[in-house]
Amino acid sequence: MDRSDKTRLDAAFTELYRAHLRDVYSYAYYRVGNHHDAEDLTEQTFLQAYRHFERAQAESDGRPLRPWLIRIAHNLAANLYRDRSRRPQTPIDDTTVLSALHTTEDLVEGRDELARIIAGIQELPEERREALIMRFALGMDNREIARAMGKTDGATKVLLHRAIKQLEGIVTPV
Amino acid sequence: MSPEMAGMDIEQMLRLALAPVDPPETLKERVETTLQELTDAAVDELEGWELSAMRDPRNWVRPVVATAVGASAGTALVIIRVRQQQRKRAAQSRNPLDLAQRTLKAAVGEARKLARRD
Repeated sequence: MDRSDKTRLDAAFTELYRAHLRDVYSYAYYRVGNHHDAEDLTEQTFLQAYRHFERAQAESDGRPLRPWLIRIAHNLAANLYRDRSRRPQTPIDDTTVLSALHTTEDLVEGRDELARIIAGIQELPEERREALIMRFALGMDNREIARAMGKTDGATKVLLHRAIKQLEGIVTPV
Repeated sequence: MSPEMAGMDIEQMLRLALAPVDPPETLKERVETTLQELTDAAVDELEGWELSAMRDPRNWVRPVVATAVGASAGTALVIIRVRQQQRKRAAQSRNPLDLAQRTLKAAVGEARKLARRD
């Protein structure tokens, strides 16, 4: 690699960072459930991306690199949980918080519904939860989600459909 | 179900519950500093190389993302307006549920504003 190649590569990485910092942070935040871990996860994602950027760019064949970034974040989050040998520390996973919500008298309008949605998302299998975060927090399409999750487009479409249906079943009052 | 959310389907509620979160400024500075150190190290290894794009802080970003969502016009307008203020709410929130609640409050406020205008 010569000087101009290196400059071009760094400029391209800067663009990638510019375009997707918010995506990676949003994914991290909803995945780990708190700002502190989300910041660490985001930083580690971009550091790892920087290290492997040249190869990823070469192998991307012109396709967008957002799914690759999110896949890095996904793998790092999985490692984080494995290393700590615990479930996410997210308060959205905290039934105490959620049950307290339902007993608080000063509920704002619609708070119950959102609390149900968030609690419902937490009840989904990890893969379905991830797919919903990618779709609704990041606005990724089926193809991008498929690449991030290492699935086919068809399998991703089915995954999302089932995730939404399952969530609907959870949150819809009987 | 509250009147504001009664007209929303599950996908619209998901968009509200999982609204994008802007990273804090401190994180941007942290990541940029770390990446800068990496590029400086690369410069040490690659003598004489110019890394102007990474060195010049003016080239680093302040991402601005406009988000459009597919929904009915009124609901879409509420969601877009709510999302415009998402960074401030994210900074104030303690966790995703707190953020979602703040977001919902904002949505209710925007819906009322729209309703008053109609």
